[in-house]
Amino acid sequence: MAEEVKLLKTWSSPFGLRAFWILKLKGVQFDFIDEDLSNKSPLLLQSNPVYKKVPVLIHNGKPISESLVILEYVDETWKQNPLLPEDPYERARARFWAKFGEDKVLVSIWNAFIKQGKEQEEAIGLAIETLKFLEEELKGKRFFGGEKIGLADLALGWLANLIGVFEEVIGVKLIEKERFPLLSAWMQEFAEAPVIKESWPPHEKLVTKFRAIREPYVAAAAQPK
Amino acid sequence: MAKSDVKVLGFSPSPFVMRARIALKIKSVEYEFLEENLGSKSELLLKSNPVHKKIPVLIHNDKPVCESLIIVEYVDEAWSSSGPSILPSDPYDRAVARFWAAYVDEKWFSALRDIGSANGAEAKKAAIEQLIEVLVLLEDAFVKCSKGKPFFGGNQIGFLDIAFGSYLGWLRVTEKINEVKLLDEVKTPGLLKWAERFCADAAVKDVMPETDKLAKLRASAPPSS
Repeated sequence: MAEEVKLLKTWSSPFGLRAFWILKLKGVQFDFIDEDLSNKSPLLLQSNPVYKKVPVLIHNGKPISESLVILEYVDETWKQNPLLPEDPYERARARFWAKFGEDKVLVSIWNAFIKQGKEQEEAIGLAIETLKFLEEELKGKRFFGGEKIGLADLALGWLANLIGVFEEVIGVKLIEKERFPLLSAWMQEFAEAPVIKESWPPHEKLVTKFRAIREPYVAAAAQPK
Repeated sequence: MAKSDVKVLGFSPSPFVMRARIALKIKSVEYEFLEENLGSKSELLLKSNPVHKKIPVLIHNDKPVCESLIIVEYVDEAWSSSGPSILPSDPYDRAVARFWAAYVDEKWFSALRDIGSANGAEAKKAAIEQLIEVLVLLEDAFVKCSKGKPFFGGNQIGFLDIAFGSYLGWLRVTEKINEVKLLDEVKTPGLLKWAERFCADAAVKDVMPETDKLAKLRASAPPSS
């Protein structure tokens, strides 16, 4: 059967990277299109009418949206190199940490990134509290998935490169090695893993992009109240 | 399996707790229900869900599973040989069900909450219109997923029925308090009939809280557990 797999993403989106990673890790043949979000393609608008966002995976013409949904779909459709374990309890744990990453880690880090002054101090404090849970979860494990990369690793993998970018832009270290030895080690191991290491968007380009994203927040905070 | 091997820590009015209970009912799993006092959380809850300290928690053979939709998937997998499947069998249908369940928890939930927190008649009207737009999208999803059958899951209640149906008590409270019809014959005829069927289903009717009881409880937004 002629399989057609297409991934709509952007050059920088960490969500798109998740889908990219799993397809590569499973050795799936696919094409990808880096969208310009200021000028979304008809294909994107048609494939994800609800959110109009990337990533979208299109498999034999059928679109799947939402990166975590895509991860599970790919894992179920291409059975080699499984991302999720067999045991239902372990699967529930993997999904829990993936969701925690999305609902708590991502949000708290983003707030630490965009907020200013006192609010930023509080946001950084909250982010560190959130990250402590990840540090705890890594005890005795090489990856969140155990011995090898699993669902939670791909869901949290954006930390491995974007934390460095955010830290550079805001001039504050969020993940210090002394405080987060396991998380730091995981970030390095994940960043250098086969397939993953070839996928990272250029660091300087990301710094420029996120600095520009942060600008309006800095400007707003500088306004006299 | 002995009843005490399976416990649910919950709070009866919570739609999230309902999800876990419906799933267990579908699989004919006997369990002990421990009603939590959210103002004074039990030791067991704090120990079982140290990250979020929220309900529902499913405890199976002393192992805790947290997050309502993750619990539903766990129940489906752990008791896979008992009763009908909760998730569809086809990976694409599963992806569609997960996509819409995530949409419900994000867009539907925040639209519902916005009605509760809206200040003044204008804001309330706008919030209600926003919610109806969400319902129209879900009506479309219902038509596509059900393919002429009674539920999103087909002939039987499935994952997306549980994800969305668990909010019906709160939907009815919102209708009552705001004196408005959210589900109607013109915009959402499919969902209107589906709602009746869902609430009357054997797996649901004993755990769906009565509208009047919920209305009394309702000070502001529905409980986020």
